[in-house]
Amino acid sequence: MLEPVVEIEQQVTFKQEQLQTLFTVLQKRGYQLVGPTIRDGAIAYDELNSTADLPVGWTDEQDAGHYRLARRKDAAYFGYVVGPHSWKKFLYPPVLSLWKANLHKGEMVISSETSETPKYALIGVRSCELHAIAIQDKIFLQGKYTDPVYKARREKAFIVAVNCVTTGGTCFCVSMKTGPKATSGFDLALTEVIDGKCHYFVGESGSAVGAEVLSELAKQQATAEEQQAAKDLMEEAARKMGRQLDTTGIYELLYRNIECARWENVAGRCLTCTNCTMVCPTCFCMTVVDTTDLTGHNAERTRRWDSCFTLDFSYIHGGSIRNSPKSRYRQWMTHKLAAWQDQFGTSGCVGCGRCITWCPVGIDITEEARAIRAGDKTDKATKAIKEH
Amino acid sequence: MEPVFDSKAAPKEAVPSPMAPEIFRVEKYRRETHDTYTLELRPASGTGEHRFKAGQFNMLYTFGVGEAAISISGDPSLPNHLIHTIRAVGAVTKAMSKLKVGGTIGVRGPFGSCWPVQEAVGNDVLIIAGGIGLAPLRPVIYQVLAERRKYGKVFLLYGTRTPDDLLYRGELEKWRARFDMEVLATVDRASSDWHGNVGVVTTLLKKLVLDPNNTVAMICGPEIMMRFVAMDLIKKDFGLDRIYVSMERNMKCGIGLCGHCQYGPTFICKDGPVYTYDRVIELLARREI
Amino acid sequence: METLEPILAAHPFFTGMSPELLKLLVGCASNVKFDAGDFISREGQDASEFFIIRQGKVALELFSPTHGAITVETLEDGEVMGWSWLLPPYRSHFDARAMELTRTIRFDGKCLRSKLEADHHLGYEMLKRFVKIIAERLSATRLQLLDIYGTRV
Repeated sequence: MLEPVVEIEQQVTFKQEQLQTLFTVLQKRGYQLVGPTIRDGAIAYDELNSTADLPVGWTDEQDAGHYRLARRKDAAYFGYVVGPHSWKKFLYPPVLSLWKANLHKGEMVISSETSETPKYALIGVRSCELHAIAIQDKIFLQGKYTDPVYKARREKAFIVAVNCVTTGGTCFCVSMKTGPKATSGFDLALTEVIDGKCHYFVGESGSAVGAEVLSELAKQQATAEEQQAAKDLMEEAARKMGRQLDTTGIYELLYRNIECARWENVAGRCLTCTNCTMVCPTCFCMTVVDTTDLTGHNAERTRRWDSCFTLDFSYIHGGSIRNSPKSRYRQWMTHKLAAWQDQFGTSGCVGCGRCITWCPVGIDITEEARAIRAGDKTDKATKAIKEH
Repeated sequence: MEPVFDSKAAPKEAVPSPMAPEIFRVEKYRRETHDTYTLELRPASGTGEHRFKAGQFNMLYTFGVGEAAISISGDPSLPNHLIHTIRAVGAVTKAMSKLKVGGTIGVRGPFGSCWPVQEAVGNDVLIIAGGIGLAPLRPVIYQVLAERRKYGKVFLLYGTRTPDDLLYRGELEKWRARFDMEVLATVDRASSDWHGNVGVVTTLLKKLVLDPNNTVAMICGPEIMMRFVAMDLIKKDFGLDRIYVSMERNMKCGIGLCGHCQYGPTFICKDGPVYTYDRVIELLARREI
Repeated sequence: METLEPILAAHPFFTGMSPELLKLLVGCASNVKFDAGDFISREGQDASEFFIIRQGKVALELFSPTHGAITVETLEDGEVMGWSWLLPPYRSHFDARAMELTRTIRFDGKCLRSKLEADHHLGYEMLKRFVKIIAERLSATRLQLLDIYGTRV
């Protein structure tokens, strides 16, 4: 939602069965539910019809270049973190027809199709993802030119956030100050608590429409114990972060090290496969593809996700500017952690860990940052010695 | 989604989606050199104007082939005549070179930052162009000459590969004939038919007496050329904020949303293409940025 | 401790220079080694020095954004690199890069300039030698410019 956040109201509790009621209430309001579901051995984001579609009782084991599903001992609906998809899949669709044109007797006519904007209820949005959505809001809604498709979908979307009570092996939201607790940008935020035989949600609304939806569930005011239980779970999650990124002076650090030796080191491993940019919830690069049909009279322009890791991304007549994989990895990381701040006033990274998990060779952005920092210290020390 | 834009039906007030082109018609087509041509365009829907500032560019669309970012090379005070000088180097610009008078083309823009025509008022103006680089600078020349009294001395230095590659020869000769403008041209090599200068464009600089504190320099051409010209200007004590260059990178959307034109932390489509040299001097020193 | 004097004396660039003058130069000299891939100088950066290449290979490069590094010349054993130190603002016009392990003798430009100003005889001997190199390179460059193997000549 785009209106200013309504004062987050008092926390309520509802039994786990009410989650299905929540789904029904949203469906009755015309929302297409989208959220986590198991597909192809991973927890992907796709259309949901009922709570049975959620990965009930499943969790994920993540590490650099490693993702496996595993069974939980309980029947938690949200007992995992994030998978290969992010919500940009729905708000910023990977393939979008922009307009069609036809050529009739040498005259070109362009027409755009108006299709219905889908009304999505995003179920299970993590705090890091809320930050990612806010970051994309800045890109697509606050520049001189805005993206009307993103705007329409964003305005219609209902967000049900879920606070993380488990931590992923590659998570570092604490370092990036983006979680694990959702603090704003949602219509509803839920924390799932399983305490022996009790399985309930502690929830709060973050908007007027969120409050309306919440009012249709059978709930009661959260007790102090219940609120504490939720808080404890989140704090535990915060303690168990799989990774850590020292953001102190990271902006200056990266700009100072545009030509450090570490880039060559990463280049020896990076396949420029573009997985990281595809899974990253803030990456927004796209391309436009112009095609015609066989008659040559009908043309179409389609927008597609693109990646700065491809060789033609930076192609101008004569050749590509970023020819080497080294320059492309450097571009991505420097953009994500430093240039993004110049462009949009925040870091581009939300610490979700997807790029680490889904890199086929396990390149870890937190490890690279650490190595660059270590190399920078050595350089400084060497320079200091030379000056004497 | 985006509003429907039909060149025949839509009223001019309708704001087209920034990703859908406006249809223009080719009014004139002129071959400049063996690989360069100039199109003069008018909006297909009658009396529309296409206002722009010197230094800006449009995304030009050839049906079914694609778009290319091309600087506008016409006169900003004549917005009814949209002029683009284009070098045929890729699929889109080669397809565009086959357009005939009366044909249609898509236009999105104008986008980008502009040359310091206003900032240069009261100063000497030094325009240095290399190859096709004269095309984005021609609007500056038009504007400066239209209000000549507002500026000090005006210099145009132009270098190309061979005499056959000189653009706008007729205009160059007209400008050279003026008493209030100095025009020097040079080529990298020539046959003995050419009686002008032979040598790189930086060799022309030493023929001028320049006041670095009262001159605004605008450079456009291949990147290596801009680096060397700027180096020579810096040797002559030009401040980095008095040197302007026009940068080029891959462009897809032109509106700051596709990420392709990033140059360091800047987007060439909105922070550029015209930059003051202090902003790019470090980026230019790095490889593959 | 062995000084660089005998090495300089043996080098073709200094042929014919008297030992007294060589002694003056040695004070500005030092042994510097570059590994393959190291930059010796960067375009636009301060370059107040020149190098005698004892052993190795250096490429003078200009970097084109679309064509990468273009080598305009290579210098090898025995050759001299760098005359930006002679003329203000003493900045390099090219990137110079060691193509392989390269051992050089580096002459500090500032040190040399003051010595050349103080002793014009030394100044003349040095400039005579540099002018010869510059003239040879200029001729060679002009030939290179012609693109004689291309179709237009």
